[in-house]
Amino acid sequence: MSPQPQAAVGAAVPRVDARLRVTGQAKYAADNNPDGVVHAVIVDSGVGRGRITGIDTRAAEAEKGVLKVISHLNAPELPPVEGQWPPGKPLRAFQDDRIRFFGQPVAVVVAATLETAQHAASLVKVSYDAQRPATDLAAADPAGEPETYARGDADEALDSAAVRMEMTYRTARNHHNAMEAAGLVARWDGDKLTLWEKSQWVQSAAFGMSAALGMPPDDIHVISPFIGGAFGNAARTWVHSVIAAVAAREVQRPVKLALTRRQLYFGVGYRPAYEYELSLGSNRRGRLTASAHDVRAETSRYETHIEHVLGPGQMLYSTPNVRQAYRHVPLDVNTPTYMRGPGYASGAFPVESAMDELAHELGLDPIELRLRNEPADDESSGLPFSTRRLRECYRVGAREFGWERRRPEPRSRREGDWLIGMGMAAGVYDTARSESQTSVRLDADGTALLQAATADMGVGTATSMTQLAADALGLPMRRVTFRLGDSRLPPAPGHYGSQTMASVGSAVQDGCDKLRRQAIELAVGDEESPLHGVDPAGIVVRGGRLHVQDDPARGETYQQLLARNNRTHLEAMGSYAGAPETAKFSLYAYAATFAEVAVDARLGLVRVRRMVGVYDAGRIINPRLADSQALGAMTGGIGQALLEHTVTDHRDGRIVNANLADYLVPTHADIPELKAIYIDGEDYEADPIGVKGLGEVVIVGVAPAIANAVFNATGRRIRELPIKPEALL
Amino acid sequence: MHPFTYTKAADTREALNAGRRGGRYIAGGTTLVDLMRETVEHPGSLVDISALPLRSVTATKSGGLRIGALVTMTEAAAHPKVHALYPVVSQALELSASPQLRNMATIGGNIMQRTRCTYFRDVTAPCNKREPGSGCAALHGYNRSHAILGTTDDCVATHPSDAAVAFAALEATVHLLGPAGERTVPFADFHLKPGSTPHHEQALRPGELITAVEIPPHPRPLKSGYLKVRDRQSYEFALTSAAVALHLRHGVIREAKVAAGGVGTVPWKLPAVERELIGRRPSNALWTKAAERAADGARPLEHNRFKVELLKRTVERQLRVVGGGK
Repeated sequence: MSPQPQAAVGAAVPRVDARLRVTGQAKYAADNNPDGVVHAVIVDSGVGRGRITGIDTRAAEAEKGVLKVISHLNAPELPPVEGQWPPGKPLRAFQDDRIRFFGQPVAVVVAATLETAQHAASLVKVSYDAQRPATDLAAADPAGEPETYARGDADEALDSAAVRMEMTYRTARNHHNAMEAAGLVARWDGDKLTLWEKSQWVQSAAFGMSAALGMPPDDIHVISPFIGGAFGNAARTWVHSVIAAVAAREVQRPVKLALTRRQLYFGVGYRPAYEYELSLGSNRRGRLTASAHDVRAETSRYETHIEHVLGPGQMLYSTPNVRQAYRHVPLDVNTPTYMRGPGYASGAFPVESAMDELAHELGLDPIELRLRNEPADDESSGLPFSTRRLRECYRVGAREFGWERRRPEPRSRREGDWLIGMGMAAGVYDTARSESQTSVRLDADGTALLQAATADMGVGTATSMTQLAADALGLPMRRVTFRLGDSRLPPAPGHYGSQTMASVGSAVQDGCDKLRRQAIELAVGDEESPLHGVDPAGIVVRGGRLHVQDDPARGETYQQLLARNNRTHLEAMGSYAGAPETAKFSLYAYAATFAEVAVDARLGLVRVRRMVGVYDAGRIINPRLADSQALGAMTGGIGQALLEHTVTDHRDGRIVNANLADYLVPTHADIPELKAIYIDGEDYEADPIGVKGLGEVVIVGVAPAIANAVFNATGRRIRELPIKPEALL
Repeated sequence: MHPFTYTKAADTREALNAGRRGGRYIAGGTTLVDLMRETVEHPGSLVDISALPLRSVTATKSGGLRIGALVTMTEAAAHPKVHALYPVVSQALELSASPQLRNMATIGGNIMQRTRCTYFRDVTAPCNKREPGSGCAALHGYNRSHAILGTTDDCVATHPSDAAVAFAALEATVHLLGPAGERTVPFADFHLKPGSTPHHEQALRPGELITAVEIPPHPRPLKSGYLKVRDRQSYEFALTSAAVALHLRHGVIREAKVAAGGVGTVPWKLPAVERELIGRRPSNALWTKAAERAADGARPLEHNRFKVELLKRTVERQLRVVGGGK
């Protein structure tokens, strides 16, 4: 822990880049216009499986301003790529005539203007030898070895359980639908490539591109200072980025390529659809004895998407006997990817719905049932919890939400045409941490610059890091600048999985502590300093001034110290080693989400009336940013519960609602009063700054809380997301 | 988007001349430009009619209301006379699209709106409406939002407008101006059911321009309202909707005007429901009985079967909301 006084950390300060963002001055990837930039538009496949038998580009090439049309017929040969994560063979840019999914890029048109490129792309005629694709999770078989987990003997325990329940839950494919479409500008300078790219992980973007093109990663410079939302869909190199780089090399001009909204439904990944069979066994008092989880998830035929959907069922409740199997069903689809709360948000719906079903079956309050199954330690790993304040989340949530007003009997509260119900669910997400570095430089003018190759997909990374640095350096926030989103900066892990604050934040803390101590050492060793000879441990820095902790009058500013010592600056490299190789603790963030819904009993409409989320996420650096995470996730969770559903026409694999009029996300009118509460407390087993990660756990449990409230309102148990009116008629 | 020419007509004569030469009229552009971007529509020339003097709402001598074709949805919804006399029209407009779109879109354009059928809007799919003879992808495709009334095997696309449902209920007329002069078309005849020619959507002759929608006089007081049922609370097309207008005298329903949206290939008038209501006293039993007729002739598809029951309940609910009763 830092001896420095906490001033900025914990304050609800606004984002440091808020003005840039709201005044349109923040430059997103496709806002860049290097000299000579031209435009690329992808032609995508109109069939879901088969081979390309011909591509007629004559009409497109005849358009004035068209520079080149590239397809597998004339594309440069690219090296084979073996995918590490996800395992498989990533899609390559125009290397063969095979169609793997509907919407796969089959050609790209490069033209002087966007309008010309768009028009010419519509003139490219592609003929196919088409086959019927397999795209229906329910109708296809899994392949490969399942991922399994077991403790005890679940089947035997289920057979002998006093209460046994068997349910099947289904969740729809969801798309991230970030405001900013995936896009980039690629420019070659000789053998060097610059990418202005939408990326949650600039250094991985350089590696991904280097593998795709067969060139050294050091020759690729990725720049991504601003992201207009990502939710996980900008964390790997998608093929459209490779296409842009190839096109730029072919036409010898910088190329800009942004996917259309429609293309985002097959050009980047999505949260996969799941089928989740769950059996629960318990005794009459509601003590779980066994659970069995058989999970099927969609993935592509060329890569296996893996996420920790088994997580909640493994460790959330004390259960002596657990059996789990997670099977991948390869389909003629593009590869899924991580989407907010990946795995956990999908696994929590069955697990938390089932707990509600069991509570109803036993006539127990859903919170009481959960408390009876609260584990003493993590039964999946045998490790003690670092911190687990889930009981407090329940208690505070129940009080703030008014849970005692809930009537256990469904359909017992009516207001006019509306049935009113309350529901709750727990949430959990593992606290990931990865190796990270941050450079810190203090200049003679008393300002500091911190740099790390991390990203900000909208969470406010630069702001929270600035707060940490300001306190550790003893500077006001306005004198600290945090730079991110450039692959040449000190290495940082991917900006996903709620690990940025823990990982980069710990490196920031380390770098600033080092630098501050350097300055203190300089002062105490300097005969002309008022701090000469003072014990360094007794010196703090406030407002840019070093002083004796117990004698604030005795001290000097950074500027005075550096000027007298003829130093232009001080610098330090902060580092954080990431999670230890051998874990000593079970590390998770927790949530309890409460929802009240109104259901029009005759028309089947579900309207969320209010929600309260309570979170055990460790230390909160900035409550305003935390709220933007929590309220945003409740909003996304309402979408997952009631609206969001990517629909595939299984006849040809076409996404039929590939636009924001038909793929429904919540509007303002759908979002009621939302309240987020954070349980006080740091977790220094997790990382040196005591945070457990917030951005994912806040969505885990939202959908089941709503589904459980729908049951309480109507007596109808809906086991399929999203919950549509037709399910309630 | 395909290349096109654009001219702005200074007056009606200029517009008609350009229309006669094959120009497509454009006002707010909220449907047409979208469809041009998707290359569903590719007109060679656009004639911007937004400067024409068709932007007023006026009371007719007979006691009706004439809404100029270029009155925006926002203006029409907020117009004191529309608001006071025909709440069903105001509500239908206010429940449409988004404020930004309603500020751009016009009444004439609204009733010319093309379907939201996703196969129609996806040029890689077969669609008889977009490409006659190519087939209907929706018939055996994903058809949750599609029509259950007025469909054929050639087309099951839903007419998307809310305002048109209110106009249909109120038996409005469409005023047209063409090379051969003025004429009026009853609203019921304006939109064409698909039959075997789903690409013919309106009873417009080449070059004809909509100048106004006229709501005829109705006995007063006329109680009316619009109910729109949809997954989310704003900015979505209707799963089902009901426009209801009732005139009661001495506690008896003397006039009943009812139409439904989200379910028909055209704005769907419900004369059988109206007949059940006339001459009777409001009661929940009456609403239920009348609404039973709302889905007469329905031909549900794989994913929209729920609309049959939902439509009846929508009509029943809105009859009760407008007509009262316990």
